[in-house]
Amino acid sequence: MPIEKRIALKNIGKYKSSSIDEYLKIGGYKSVKIALKTVPHNIINTIIDSKLRGRGGAGFPTGLKEKYTKEADSSSGHKYIICNADEGEPGTFKDRIIMEKDPHVLLEGMIIAAYAIGATKGYIYIRGEYTDSIHMLRTAITQAKNKGFLGKNILNTKFNLEIKIKLGAGSYLCGEELTLLESLEGKRGYPRIKPPFPAEKGLFGEPTLVNNVETFSHIPYIIEHGTENYKLIGTEDSPGTKIFTISGDVNKPGYYETAMGATLRELIYDFAGGIKNNGKFKAAILGGAAGTFVDKSVLDTPMAFDTLKEKGAVLGSGAIMVMSEDRPIFDMLLSILEFFKHESCGKCVPCRIGTSQLVLLMENAKKDSSNKKKILNQLLFEAEYMAKTSLCPLGQSPILPIKSLKQYFENQF
Amino acid sequence: MDKDEILNRFEPQQDNLLNILHELQNNNPNNFLPTEDLKLVAKYLNTSYSAVYGVVKYYTMFSLKPRGKYVIRLCKSPVCHMIDTNIVLQEIKNNIDIGLGETTNDLLFSVESSECLGRCAEAPVMMVNEKIHKELDSIKISNVLDSIKLNEQNK
Ligand SMILES: Cc1cc2nc3c(=O)[nH]c(=O)nc-3n(C[C@H](O)[C@H](O)[C@H](O)COP(=O)(O)O)c2cc1C
Ligand code: SF4
Ligand code: FES
Repeated sequence: MPIEKRIALKNIGKYKSSSIDEYLKIGGYKSVKIALKTVPHNIINTIIDSKLRGRGGAGFPTGLKEKYTKEADSSSGHKYIICNADEGEPGTFKDRIIMEKDPHVLLEGMIIAAYAIGATKGYIYIRGEYTDSIHMLRTAITQAKNKGFLGKNILNTKFNLEIKIKLGAGSYLCGEELTLLESLEGKRGYPRIKPPFPAEKGLFGEPTLVNNVETFSHIPYIIEHGTENYKLIGTEDSPGTKIFTISGDVNKPGYYETAMGATLRELIYDFAGGIKNNGKFKAAILGGAAGTFVDKSVLDTPMAFDTLKEKGAVLGSGAIMVMSEDRPIFDMLLSILEFFKHESCGKCVPCRIGTSQLVLLMENAKKDSSNKKKILNQLLFEAEYMAKTSLCPLGQSPILPIKSLKQYFENQF
Repeated sequence: MDKDEILNRFEPQQDNLLNILHELQNNNPNNFLPTEDLKLVAKYLNTSYSAVYGVVKYYTMFSLKPRGKYVIRLCKSPVCHMIDTNIVLQEIKNNIDIGLGETTNDLLFSVESSECLGRCAEAPVMMVNEKIHKELDSIKISNVLDSIKLNEQNK
Protein backbone atom coordinates (compact mmCIF):
# COMPACT_ATOMS: atom_id res chain seq x y z
CA MET A 1 0.00 0.00 0.00
CA PRO A 2 1.42 3.40 -0.99
CA ILE A 3 2.10 5.89 1.77
CA GLU A 4 1.70 9.60 1.99
CA LYS A 5 4.87 11.58 1.48
CA ARG A 6 4.79 15.06 2.92
CA ILE A 7 6.85 18.04 1.79
CA ALA A 8 4.50 21.03 1.57
CA LEU A 9 2.51 19.56 4.45
CA LYS A 10 5.51 18.35 6.43
CA ASN A 11 4.72 20.37 9.55
CA ILE A 12 0.97 19.88 9.61
CA GLY A 13 -0.15 18.85 13.05
CA LYS A 14 3.34 19.26 14.52
CA TYR A 15 2.83 22.74 15.89
CA LYS A 16 -0.02 25.09 16.73
CA SER A 17 -0.22 27.27 13.64
CA SER A 18 -0.83 30.42 15.67
CA SER A 19 2.42 30.01 17.62
CA ILE A 20 5.77 30.89 16.10
CA ASP A 21 7.49 29.77 19.29
CA GLU A 22 6.21 26.27 18.77
CA TYR A 23 7.27 26.48 15.16
CA LEU A 24 10.79 27.49 16.13
CA LYS A 25 10.95 24.56 18.55
CA ILE A 26 10.42 22.09 15.73
CA GLY A 27 13.19 23.68 13.69
CA GLY A 28 11.17 26.41 11.99
CA TYR A 29 12.96 29.05 9.90
CA LYS A 30 16.05 26.85 9.64
CA SER A 31 15.87 27.05 5.85
CA VAL A 32 15.82 30.85 5.97
CA LYS A 33 18.93 30.83 8.13
CA ILE A 34 20.69 28.55 5.65
CA ALA A 35 19.54 30.55 2.63
CA LEU A 36 20.60 33.93 3.95
CA LYS A 37 24.16 32.60 4.27
CA THR A 38 24.13 31.53 0.63
CA VAL A 39 24.72 33.69 -2.45
CA PRO A 40 21.32 34.46 -4.09
CA HIS A 41 22.55 33.16 -7.41
CA ASN A 42 23.25 29.75 -5.88
CA ILE A 43 19.77 29.51 -4.44
CA ILE A 44 18.28 30.03 -7.88
CA ASN A 45 20.58 27.36 -9.28
CA THR A 46 19.47 25.00 -6.54
CA ILE A 47 15.81 25.56 -7.39
CA ILE A 48 16.52 25.12 -11.11
CA ASP A 49 18.41 21.93 -10.36
CA SER A 50 15.57 20.60 -8.19
CA LYS A 51 13.26 20.77 -11.23
CA LEU A 52 10.50 22.12 -9.02
CA ARG A 53 7.48 22.96 -11.17
CA GLY A 54 4.69 25.37 -10.30
CA ARG A 55 1.88 23.77 -8.33
CA GLY A 56 -0.71 26.39 -9.31
CA GLY A 57 -1.73 24.47 -12.40
CA ALA A 58 0.57 25.21 -15.30
CA GLY A 59 3.68 23.39 -14.08
CA PHE A 60 6.19 26.00 -15.22
CA PRO A 61 9.75 25.47 -13.87
CA THR A 62 10.01 27.63 -10.74
CA GLY A 63 13.77 28.13 -10.87
CA LEU A 64 13.62 29.57 -14.38
CA LYS A 65 10.94 32.04 -13.35
CA GLU A 66 13.18 33.15 -10.50
CA LYS A 67 16.12 33.52 -12.89
CA TYR A 68 14.14 35.65 -15.35
CA THR A 69 12.85 37.89 -12.57
CA LYS A 70 16.30 38.31 -11.13
CA GLU A 71 17.81 39.19 -14.51
CA ALA A 72 15.08 41.69 -15.45
CA ASP A 73 15.77 45.39 -15.01
CA SER A 74 13.70 47.42 -12.62
CA SER A 75 13.28 51.13 -13.24
CA SER A 76 12.27 52.06 -9.68
CA GLY A 77 14.75 49.72 -8.06
CA HIS A 78 11.93 47.57 -6.70
CA LYS A 79 11.15 43.99 -7.50
CA TYR A 80 8.10 42.24 -6.18
CA ILE A 81 7.21 38.80 -5.00
CA ILE A 82 3.60 37.65 -4.98
CA CYS A 83 2.02 34.58 -3.56
CA ASN A 84 -1.04 33.51 -5.48
CA ALA A 85 -3.47 32.37 -2.79
CA ASP A 86 -6.63 32.96 -4.77
CA GLU A 87 -7.46 29.26 -4.93
CA GLY A 88 -10.70 29.39 -6.87
CA GLU A 89 -10.44 26.28 -9.02
CA PRO A 90 -13.44 24.13 -8.08
CA GLY A 91 -12.46 20.99 -6.20
CA THR A 92 -9.24 22.53 -4.87
CA PHE A 93 -8.47 23.31 -1.23
CA LYS A 94 -4.80 22.53 -0.76
CA ASP A 95 -3.57 26.11 -0.34
CA ARG A 96 -6.17 26.72 2.32
CA ILE A 97 -4.86 23.76 4.32
CA ILE A 98 -1.29 25.10 4.17
CA MET A 99 -2.33 28.63 5.17
CA GLU A 100 -4.55 27.52 8.04
CA LYS A 101 -2.29 24.82 9.43
CA ASP A 102 1.24 25.90 8.53
CA PRO A 103 1.38 29.56 7.51
CA HIS A 104 5.06 29.81 8.44
CA VAL A 105 6.28 27.33 5.83
CA LEU A 106 4.75 29.59 3.20
CA LEU A 107 6.42 32.67 4.66
CA GLU A 108 9.75 30.81 4.74
CA GLY A 109 9.43 29.92 1.08
CA MET A 110 8.56 33.49 0.16
CA ILE A 111 11.42 34.96 2.18
CA ILE A 112 13.95 32.67 0.48
CA ALA A 113 12.58 33.33 -3.01
CA ALA A 114 12.52 37.10 -2.38
CA TYR A 115 16.12 37.02 -1.19
CA ALA A 116 17.12 35.00 -4.25
CA ILE A 117 15.60 37.39 -6.79
CA GLY A 118 16.25 40.59 -4.86
CA ALA A 119 12.66 41.52 -4.04
CA THR A 120 11.98 43.77 -1.08
CA LYS A 121 8.22 43.89 -1.23
CA GLY A 122 5.91 40.93 -1.10
CA TYR A 123 2.20 40.38 -1.25
CA ILE A 124 -0.07 37.47 -0.57
CA TYR A 125 -3.16 37.82 -2.75
CA ILE A 126 -5.82 35.76 -1.07
CA ARG A 127 -9.45 35.21 -1.92
CA GLY A 128 -11.78 37.21 0.32
CA GLU A 129 -13.84 34.17 1.30
CA TYR A 130 -10.87 32.48 3.01
CA THR A 131 -11.43 34.24 6.32
CA ASP A 132 -9.64 31.68 8.50
CA SER A 133 -6.57 31.68 6.26
CA ILE A 134 -6.53 35.49 6.27
CA HIS A 135 -6.57 35.66 10.08
CA MET A 136 -3.88 33.01 10.35
CA LEU A 137 -1.55 34.69 7.86
CA ARG A 138 -1.96 38.08 9.54
CA THR A 139 -0.91 36.55 12.85
CA ALA A 140 2.01 34.70 11.26
CA ILE A 141 3.34 37.81 9.52
CA THR A 142 3.25 39.86 12.73
CA GLN A 143 5.04 37.10 14.61
CA ALA A 144 7.68 36.66 11.92
CA LYS A 145 8.30 40.41 11.97
CA ASN A 146 8.70 40.42 15.75
CA LYS A 147 11.25 37.62 15.53
CA GLY A 148 13.26 39.39 12.85
CA PHE A 149 12.42 37.11 9.91
CA LEU A 150 10.62 39.94 8.14
CA GLY A 151 11.22 43.68 8.07
CA LYS A 152 14.55 45.47 7.95
CA ASN A 153 17.93 43.74 8.17
CA ILE A 154 16.55 40.24 8.40
CA LEU A 155 18.72 38.06 10.66
CA ASN A 156 21.19 40.94 10.80
CA THR A 157 21.88 40.87 7.08
CA LYS A 158 21.31 43.69 4.62
CA PHE A 159 18.21 41.97 3.31
CA ASN A 160 14.85 43.73 3.84
CA LEU A 161 11.45 42.29 3.09
CA GLU A 162 7.93 43.36 3.88
CA ILE A 163 4.94 41.11 3.20
CA LYS A 164 1.39 42.42 2.99
CA ILE A 165 -1.94 40.74 2.56
CA LYS A 166 -4.25 41.74 -0.27
CA LEU A 167 -7.78 40.49 -0.50
CA GLY A 168 -9.63 39.34 -3.56
CA ALA A 169 -13.37 39.78 -3.70
CA GLY A 170 -15.01 36.85 -5.45
CA SER A 171 -13.50 36.58 -8.90
CA TYR A 172 -12.02 33.31 -10.18
CA LEU A 173 -10.33 35.10 -13.06
CA CYS A 174 -8.24 37.13 -10.60
CA GLY A 175 -6.30 33.92 -9.89
CA GLU A 176 -4.82 34.20 -13.37
CA GLU A 177 -1.50 35.86 -12.72
CA LEU A 178 -1.81 38.90 -14.98
CA THR A 179 -5.36 39.59 -13.91
CA LEU A 180 -4.20 39.17 -10.33
CA LEU A 181 -1.75 42.03 -10.86
CA GLU A 182 -4.54 44.31 -12.03
CA SER A 183 -6.67 43.39 -9.05
CA LEU A 184 -3.78 43.85 -6.65
CA GLU A 185 -3.26 47.34 -8.04
CA GLY A 186 -6.84 48.10 -7.02
CA LYS A 187 -8.51 47.78 -10.40
CA ARG A 188 -11.19 45.65 -11.98
CA GLY A 189 -10.05 42.15 -12.82
CA TYR A 190 -9.58 42.44 -16.56
CA PRO A 191 -6.67 40.42 -17.94
CA ARG A 192 -3.54 41.95 -19.39
CA ILE A 193 -2.14 40.88 -22.71
CA LYS A 194 0.81 38.43 -22.56
CA PRO A 195 3.70 39.13 -23.17
CA PRO A 196 5.15 40.89 -21.27
CA PHE A 197 5.24 38.27 -18.54
CA PRO A 198 5.29 39.29 -14.87
CA ALA A 199 9.01 38.47 -14.64
CA GLU A 200 9.62 41.38 -17.00
CA LYS A 201 6.79 43.81 -16.31
CA GLY A 202 4.62 42.79 -13.41
CA LEU A 203 3.20 44.71 -10.48
CA PHE A 204 3.38 48.48 -11.07
CA GLY A 205 5.33 47.64 -14.23
CA GLU A 206 8.26 46.13 -12.34
CA PRO A 207 9.76 42.62 -12.41
CA THR A 208 7.56 40.34 -10.34
CA LEU A 209 7.69 36.71 -9.31
CA VAL A 210 4.28 35.07 -8.95
CA ASN A 211 4.04 31.61 -7.43
CA ASN A 212 1.35 29.48 -5.91
CA VAL A 213 1.14 28.76 -2.15
CA GLU A 214 2.08 25.10 -2.58
CA THR A 215 5.04 25.97 -4.83
CA PHE A 216 6.57 28.29 -2.22
CA SER A 217 6.02 25.64 0.44
CA HIS A 218 8.41 23.26 -1.33
CA ILE A 219 11.33 25.65 -1.14
CA PRO A 220 12.23 25.24 2.56
CA TYR A 221 12.46 21.46 2.12
CA ILE A 222 14.68 21.77 -0.95
CA ILE A 223 17.01 24.21 0.81
CA GLU A 224 17.24 22.05 3.93
CA HIS A 225 17.54 18.63 2.33
CA GLY A 226 19.19 19.40 -1.00
CA THR A 227 18.18 18.73 -4.55
CA GLU A 228 19.44 15.15 -4.66
CA ASN A 229 17.09 14.13 -1.89
CA TYR A 230 14.26 16.08 -3.45
CA LYS A 231 14.69 14.47 -6.84
CA LEU A 232 14.55 10.99 -5.31
CA ILE A 233 10.85 11.67 -4.84
CA GLY A 234 8.38 11.76 -7.72
CA THR A 235 9.01 11.27 -11.42
CA GLU A 236 11.85 12.32 -13.70
CA ASP A 237 9.89 15.19 -15.25
CA SER A 238 7.93 16.12 -12.15
CA PRO A 239 10.02 15.59 -9.03
CA GLY A 240 8.70 16.04 -5.53
CA THR A 241 5.23 15.63 -4.17
CA LYS A 242 1.78 16.94 -4.96
CA ILE A 243 -1.18 17.59 -2.75
CA PHE A 244 -4.32 16.05 -4.20
CA THR A 245 -7.71 17.17 -2.96
CA ILE A 246 -10.21 14.39 -3.43
CA SER A 247 -13.94 15.05 -3.24
CA GLY A 248 -17.23 13.60 -4.39
CA ASP A 249 -18.24 9.95 -4.13
CA VAL A 250 -15.39 8.56 -2.03
CA ASN A 251 -15.43 7.26 1.53
CA LYS A 252 -12.72 9.56 2.84
CA PRO A 253 -12.70 12.81 0.90
CA GLY A 254 -9.86 15.13 1.88
CA TYR A 255 -6.31 16.24 1.11
CA TYR A 256 -3.49 13.79 0.50
CA GLU A 257 0.10 14.64 -0.33
CA THR A 258 2.05 11.96 -2.12
CA ALA A 259 4.95 11.54 -4.53
CA MET A 260 4.20 12.71 -8.06
CA GLY A 261 3.40 9.68 -10.16
CA ALA A 262 1.03 7.94 -7.77
CA THR A 263 -1.84 6.50 -9.73
CA LEU A 264 -5.42 7.65 -9.65
CA ARG A 265 -6.35 4.19 -8.42
CA GLU A 266 -4.01 4.53 -5.42
CA LEU A 267 -5.36 7.95 -4.63
CA ILE A 268 -9.00 6.96 -4.83
CA TYR A 269 -8.87 3.47 -3.34
CA ASP A 270 -5.90 3.49 -0.95
CA PHE A 271 -5.98 7.06 0.27
CA ALA A 272 -9.58 8.12 -0.12
CA GLY A 273 -11.03 4.77 0.94
CA GLY A 274 -12.70 3.80 -2.35
CA ILE A 275 -16.09 4.61 -3.76
CA LYS A 276 -18.94 5.35 -1.36
CA ASN A 277 -21.57 2.71 -0.61
CA ASN A 278 -19.48 0.04 -2.32
CA GLY A 279 -20.30 1.74 -5.60
CA LYS A 280 -18.37 1.56 -8.84
CA PHE A 281 -16.06 4.23 -10.20
CA LYS A 282 -17.45 5.98 -13.25
CA ALA A 283 -15.46 9.16 -13.82
CA ALA A 284 -13.19 11.70 -12.24
CA ILE A 285 -12.63 15.30 -13.12
CA LEU A 286 -8.95 16.09 -12.76
CA GLY A 287 -7.64 19.61 -12.21
CA GLY A 288 -10.84 21.53 -11.52
CA ALA A 289 -13.35 23.18 -13.84
CA ALA A 290 -10.51 24.06 -16.17
CA GLY A 291 -9.79 20.35 -15.99
CA THR A 292 -10.55 17.09 -17.72
CA PHE A 293 -12.93 14.17 -17.39
CA VAL A 294 -11.34 10.72 -17.33
CA ASP A 295 -12.77 7.22 -17.13
CA LYS A 296 -11.47 4.01 -15.58
CA SER A 297 -8.90 3.49 -18.33
CA VAL A 298 -6.84 6.24 -16.67
CA LEU A 299 -6.91 4.69 -13.17
CA ASP A 300 -3.41 3.27 -13.56
CA THR A 301 -1.77 6.26 -15.22
CA PRO A 302 0.86 7.98 -13.03
CA MET A 303 -0.44 11.35 -11.88
CA ALA A 304 2.16 13.85 -13.12
CA PHE A 305 2.18 16.75 -15.57
CA ASP A 306 3.48 14.89 -18.63
CA THR A 307 2.00 11.43 -18.14
CA LEU A 308 -1.52 12.85 -17.93
CA LYS A 309 -0.98 15.04 -20.94
CA GLU A 310 -0.36 11.92 -23.02
CA LYS A 311 -3.85 10.80 -22.05
CA GLY A 312 -5.47 14.07 -23.02
CA ALA A 313 -5.86 14.94 -19.34
CA VAL A 314 -4.36 17.54 -17.00
CA LEU A 315 -2.99 17.51 -13.49
CA GLY A 316 -3.95 21.15 -12.98
CA SER A 317 -4.37 22.17 -9.37
CA GLY A 318 -4.49 18.58 -8.11
CA ALA A 319 -8.25 18.50 -7.71
CA ILE A 320 -9.87 15.09 -8.14
CA MET A 321 -13.66 15.11 -8.22
CA VAL A 322 -14.94 11.56 -8.20
CA MET A 323 -18.25 10.37 -9.63
CA SER A 324 -19.77 6.96 -9.01
CA GLU A 325 -21.69 4.91 -11.51
CA ASP A 326 -25.11 6.46 -10.97
CA ARG A 327 -24.06 10.09 -11.44
CA PRO A 328 -25.26 11.85 -14.62
CA ILE A 329 -22.10 13.02 -16.30
CA PHE A 330 -23.80 15.64 -18.47
CA ASP A 331 -25.15 17.30 -15.37
CA MET A 332 -21.60 17.77 -14.07
CA LEU A 333 -20.55 19.26 -17.37
CA LEU A 334 -23.48 21.67 -17.14
CA SER A 335 -22.37 22.75 -13.68
CA ILE A 336 -18.84 23.36 -14.97
CA LEU A 337 -20.07 25.37 -17.94
CA GLU A 338 -22.30 27.45 -15.68
CA PHE A 339 -19.20 28.17 -13.64
CA PHE A 340 -17.40 29.55 -16.69
CA LYS A 341 -20.41 31.59 -17.70
CA HIS A 342 -20.52 33.12 -14.24
CA GLU A 343 -16.79 33.85 -14.14
CA SER A 344 -16.33 35.22 -17.66
CA CYS A 345 -15.33 38.87 -17.25
CA GLY A 346 -17.10 39.86 -20.47
CA LYS A 347 -14.23 41.83 -21.91
CA CYS A 348 -14.03 39.88 -25.15
CA VAL A 349 -16.91 38.71 -27.32
CA PRO A 350 -15.94 35.07 -28.00
CA CYS A 351 -15.92 34.22 -24.31
CA ARG A 352 -18.77 36.46 -23.18
CA ILE A 353 -21.13 35.05 -25.82
CA GLY A 354 -19.48 31.65 -25.98
CA THR A 355 -19.81 30.77 -22.29
CA SER A 356 -23.54 31.64 -22.44
CA GLN A 357 -23.94 29.70 -25.67
CA LEU A 358 -22.39 26.59 -24.12
CA VAL A 359 -24.86 26.66 -21.24
CA LEU A 360 -27.74 27.20 -23.64
CA LEU A 361 -26.70 24.20 -25.71
CA MET A 362 -26.64 22.10 -22.56
CA GLU A 363 -30.07 23.26 -21.55
CA ASN A 364 -31.41 22.29 -24.94
CA ALA A 365 -29.78 18.91 -24.48
CA LYS A 366 -31.71 18.50 -21.24
CA LYS A 367 -35.00 18.89 -23.11
CA ASP A 368 -34.04 16.46 -25.83
CA SER A 369 -31.73 13.90 -24.31
CA SER A 370 -31.91 11.59 -27.34
CA ASN A 371 -29.11 13.27 -29.18
CA LYS A 372 -26.22 13.79 -26.81
CA LYS A 373 -23.65 12.97 -29.47
CA LYS A 374 -24.85 15.82 -31.63
CA ILE A 375 -24.85 18.24 -28.71
CA LEU A 376 -21.35 17.19 -27.75
CA ASN A 377 -20.13 17.99 -31.24
CA GLN A 378 -21.80 21.38 -31.14
CA LEU A 379 -20.22 22.11 -27.76
CA LEU A 380 -16.83 21.12 -29.08
CA PHE A 381 -17.20 23.29 -32.15
CA GLU A 382 -18.08 26.29 -30.00
CA ALA A 383 -15.32 25.61 -27.46
CA GLU A 384 -12.70 25.25 -30.19
CA TYR A 385 -13.73 28.56 -31.63
CA MET A 386 -13.46 30.12 -28.17
CA ALA A 387 -10.05 28.55 -27.58
CA LYS A 388 -8.76 30.13 -30.77
CA THR A 389 -10.22 33.59 -30.36
CA SER A 390 -10.57 34.43 -26.65
CA LEU A 391 -8.33 37.02 -25.08
CA CYS A 392 -7.27 35.13 -21.98
CA PRO A 393 -6.91 31.57 -20.67
CA LEU A 394 -10.40 31.52 -19.15
CA GLY A 395 -12.08 31.54 -22.53
CA GLN A 396 -9.59 28.93 -23.67
CA SER A 397 -10.53 26.56 -20.84
CA PRO A 398 -14.04 25.14 -21.54
CA ILE A 399 -12.56 23.00 -24.30
CA LEU A 400 -10.74 20.94 -21.66
CA PRO A 401 -13.77 19.35 -19.97
CA ILE A 402 -15.75 19.18 -23.22
CA LYS A 403 -13.09 17.50 -25.32
CA SER A 404 -12.15 15.01 -22.61
CA LEU A 405 -15.76 14.12 -21.94
CA LYS A 406 -16.18 13.38 -25.63
CA GLN A 407 -12.94 11.40 -25.74
CA TYR A 408 -13.82 9.15 -22.82
CA PHE A 409 -17.60 8.95 -22.74
CA GLU A 410 -18.94 9.55 -26.24
CA ASN A 411 -19.55 5.88 -27.00
CA GLN A 412 -21.71 5.58 -23.90
CA PHE A 413 -24.31 7.90 -25.37
CA MET B 1 -16.43 52.04 13.82
CA ASP B 2 -16.11 55.53 12.39
CA LYS B 3 -15.51 55.54 8.62
CA ASP B 4 -12.59 57.96 8.77
CA GLU B 5 -11.02 55.77 11.36
CA ILE B 6 -11.25 52.84 8.96
CA LEU B 7 -9.78 54.81 6.08
CA ASN B 8 -6.93 56.12 8.15
CA ARG B 9 -5.76 52.61 8.89
CA PHE B 10 -4.67 52.37 5.22
CA GLU B 11 -2.10 54.28 3.23
CA PRO B 12 -3.99 56.39 0.66
CA GLN B 13 -2.85 54.28 -2.30
CA GLN B 14 -5.04 52.81 -5.01
CA ASP B 15 -3.70 49.31 -4.40
CA ASN B 16 -5.40 49.38 -0.98
CA LEU B 17 -8.80 49.84 -2.60
CA LEU B 18 -10.10 46.29 -2.24
CA ASN B 19 -8.91 45.95 1.35
CA ILE B 20 -10.59 49.26 2.22
CA LEU B 21 -13.87 48.30 0.55
CA HIS B 22 -13.94 44.99 2.44
CA GLU B 23 -13.37 46.77 5.73
CA LEU B 24 -16.09 49.37 5.09
CA GLN B 25 -18.58 46.75 3.97
CA ASN B 26 -17.86 44.49 6.96
CA ASN B 27 -18.55 47.41 9.27
CA ASN B 28 -21.80 48.30 7.58
CA PRO B 29 -24.80 46.83 9.44
CA ASN B 30 -26.37 45.93 6.11
CA ASN B 31 -23.30 44.48 4.47
CA PHE B 32 -23.18 46.93 1.61
CA LEU B 33 -21.36 49.96 0.23
CA PRO B 34 -23.58 53.06 -0.02
CA THR B 35 -22.80 55.81 -2.54
CA GLU B 36 -21.44 58.08 0.17
CA ASP B 37 -18.83 55.45 1.03
CA LEU B 38 -17.68 55.22 -2.56
CA LYS B 39 -17.35 59.01 -2.68
CA LEU B 40 -15.43 59.01 0.57
CA VAL B 41 -13.02 56.37 -0.71
CA ALA B 42 -12.56 58.13 -4.06
CA LYS B 43 -11.63 61.31 -2.23
CA TYR B 44 -9.30 59.52 0.14
CA LEU B 45 -7.45 57.76 -2.69
CA ASN B 46 -7.55 60.83 -4.89
CA THR B 47 -9.27 58.95 -7.69
CA SER B 48 -12.60 59.28 -9.45
CA TYR B 49 -15.96 58.09 -8.17
CA SER B 50 -16.46 56.10 -11.36
CA ALA B 51 -13.18 54.23 -10.87
CA VAL B 52 -14.32 53.13 -7.41
CA TYR B 53 -17.82 52.34 -8.66
CA GLY B 54 -16.41 50.21 -11.48
CA VAL B 55 -14.42 48.15 -9.02
CA VAL B 56 -17.34 47.63 -6.65
CA LYS B 57 -19.55 46.54 -9.55
CA TYR B 58 -16.96 44.09 -10.83
CA TYR B 59 -16.39 42.05 -7.69
CA THR B 60 -19.21 39.78 -6.56
CA MET B 61 -18.43 40.04 -2.85
CA PHE B 62 -19.32 43.73 -2.85
CA SER B 63 -22.87 45.02 -2.90
CA LEU B 64 -24.28 48.42 -3.77
CA LYS B 65 -27.63 47.49 -2.28
CA PRO B 66 -28.47 46.89 1.37
CA ARG B 67 -28.33 43.24 2.32
CA GLY B 68 -29.29 41.29 5.36
CA LYS B 69 -27.22 41.47 8.50
CA TYR B 70 -26.34 37.87 7.71
CA VAL B 71 -25.30 37.10 4.16
CA ILE B 72 -25.64 33.45 3.27
CA ARG B 73 -23.33 32.33 0.47
CA LEU B 74 -24.27 28.99 -0.93
CA CYS B 75 -21.72 27.06 -2.98
CA LYS B 76 -23.11 25.84 -6.27
CA SER B 77 -19.88 24.63 -7.86
CA PRO B 78 -19.66 21.08 -9.24
CA VAL B 79 -19.01 19.05 -6.09
CA CYS B 80 -21.64 20.76 -3.94
CA HIS B 81 -23.96 20.72 -6.93
CA MET B 82 -23.49 16.97 -7.33
CA ILE B 83 -23.90 16.11 -3.65
CA ASP B 84 -27.02 18.31 -3.57
CA THR B 85 -27.42 22.04 -3.31
CA ASN B 86 -31.15 21.86 -3.98
CA ILE B 87 -31.74 20.46 -0.56
CA VAL B 88 -29.95 23.47 0.92
CA LEU B 89 -31.90 25.98 -1.15
CA GLN B 90 -35.18 24.28 -0.31
CA GLU B 91 -34.49 24.23 3.41
CA ILE B 92 -33.49 27.89 3.39
CA LYS B 93 -36.69 28.67 1.54
CA ASN B 94 -38.73 26.71 4.08
CA ASN B 95 -37.07 28.46 6.96
CA ILE B 96 -36.76 32.11 5.96
CA ASP B 97 -38.90 32.12 2.82
CA ILE B 98 -36.39 33.65 0.41
CA GLY B 99 -34.44 32.31 -2.54
CA LEU B 100 -31.22 33.20 -4.32
CA GLY B 101 -30.61 36.92 -4.66
CA GLU B 102 -33.27 37.86 -2.13
CA THR B 103 -33.29 39.56 1.26
CA THR B 104 -35.78 39.04 4.07
CA ASN B 105 -38.10 41.96 4.86
CA ASP B 106 -36.64 42.37 8.33
CA LEU B 107 -33.20 42.75 6.70
CA LEU B 108 -31.85 39.86 8.73
CA PHE B 109 -30.83 37.49 5.91
CA SER B 110 -29.76 37.62 2.29
CA VAL B 111 -29.10 34.54 0.19
CA GLU B 112 -26.54 34.46 -2.59
CA SER B 113 -24.81 31.78 -4.57
CA SER B 114 -21.07 31.45 -4.69
CA GLU B 115 -18.53 29.42 -6.60
CA CYS B 116 -16.38 26.77 -4.91
CA LEU B 117 -15.61 27.76 -1.31
CA GLY B 118 -12.73 25.31 -1.00
CA ARG B 119 -14.55 22.91 1.33
CA CYS B 120 -15.47 20.36 -1.30
CA ALA B 121 -14.56 17.41 0.95
CA GLU B 122 -17.40 18.53 3.22
CA ALA B 123 -20.00 19.31 0.57
CA PRO B 124 -22.53 20.78 0.45
CA VAL B 125 -21.40 23.94 2.21
CA MET B 126 -22.46 27.51 2.77
CA MET B 127 -20.96 30.55 4.47
CA VAL B 128 -22.90 32.81 6.79
CA ASN B 129 -20.88 36.01 6.91
CA GLU B 130 -17.42 34.81 7.94
CA LYS B 131 -18.40 31.37 9.13
CA ILE B 132 -18.43 28.14 7.13
CA HIS B 133 -21.16 25.54 7.64
CA LYS B 134 -20.43 22.18 6.12
CA GLU B 135 -21.93 18.77 5.37
CA LEU B 136 -25.31 20.43 5.29
CA ASP B 137 -28.59 18.65 5.62
CA SER B 138 -32.05 19.95 6.49
CA ILE B 139 -31.50 19.69 10.22
CA LYS B 140 -28.17 21.49 10.22
CA ILE B 141 -29.48 24.31 8.08
CA SER B 142 -32.51 24.93 10.25
CA ASN B 143 -30.33 24.79 13.38
CA VAL B 144 -28.00 27.44 11.98
CA LEU B 145 -30.81 29.75 10.92
CA ASP B 146 -32.89 29.23 14.05
CA SER B 147 -30.01 29.96 16.38
CA ILE B 148 -29.23 33.21 14.56
CA LYS B 149 -32.88 34.26 14.80
CA LEU B 150 -33.03 33.39 18.48
CA ASN B 151 -29.85 35.30 19.17
CA GLU B 152 -31.20 38.37 17.44
CA GLN B 153 -34.49 38.25 19.35
CA ASN B 154 -32.67 38.17 22.66
CA LYS B 155 -30.56 41.20 21.86
C1 LIG C 1 -8.55 31.49 -14.92
C2 LIG C 1 -7.33 31.14 -14.15
C3 LIG C 1 -7.37 31.06 -12.75
C4 LIG C 1 -6.23 30.75 -12.02
N1 LIG C 1 -6.34 30.67 -10.66
C5 LIG C 1 -5.22 30.38 -9.94
C6 LIG C 1 -5.27 30.32 -8.52
O1 LIG C 1 -6.34 30.50 -7.91
N2 LIG C 1 -4.14 30.04 -7.84
C7 LIG C 1 -2.94 29.82 -8.49
O2 LIG C 1 -1.94 29.58 -7.83
N3 LIG C 1 -2.86 29.88 -9.82
C8 LIG C 1 -3.96 30.15 -10.57
N4 LIG C 1 -3.85 30.23 -11.93
C9 LIG C 1 -2.53 30.05 -12.53
C10 LIG C 1 -1.74 31.35 -12.52
O3 LIG C 1 -2.04 32.08 -13.69
C11 LIG C 1 -0.22 31.11 -12.51
O4 LIG C 1 0.09 30.16 -13.47
C12 LIG C 1 0.31 30.65 -11.18
O5 LIG C 1 -0.01 31.55 -10.18
C13 LIG C 1 1.81 30.52 -11.25
O6 LIG C 1 2.33 29.97 -10.06
P1 LIG C 1 3.12 28.58 -10.07
O7 LIG C 1 4.16 28.67 -11.14
O8 LIG C 1 3.71 28.48 -8.72
O9 LIG C 1 2.14 27.52 -10.35
C14 LIG C 1 -5.01 30.51 -12.68
C15 LIG C 1 -4.96 30.58 -14.08
C16 LIG C 1 -6.10 30.87 -14.80
C17 LIG C 1 -6.00 30.93 -16.28
S1 SF4 D 1 -11.56 35.19 -22.39
FE1 SF4 D 1 -13.34 35.57 -21.03
S2 SF4 D 1 -12.44 36.03 -19.06
FE2 SF4 D 1 -10.80 36.26 -20.60
S3 SF4 D 1 -10.87 38.41 -21.24
FE3 SF4 D 1 -12.23 37.33 -22.62
S4 SF4 D 1 -14.25 37.55 -21.62
FE4 SF4 D 1 -12.75 38.02 -20.07
S1 FES E 1 -17.59 22.72 -4.82
FE1 FES E 1 -18.59 23.55 -3.08
S2 FES E 1 -16.95 23.95 -1.74
FE2 FES E 1 -15.93 23.25 -3.54
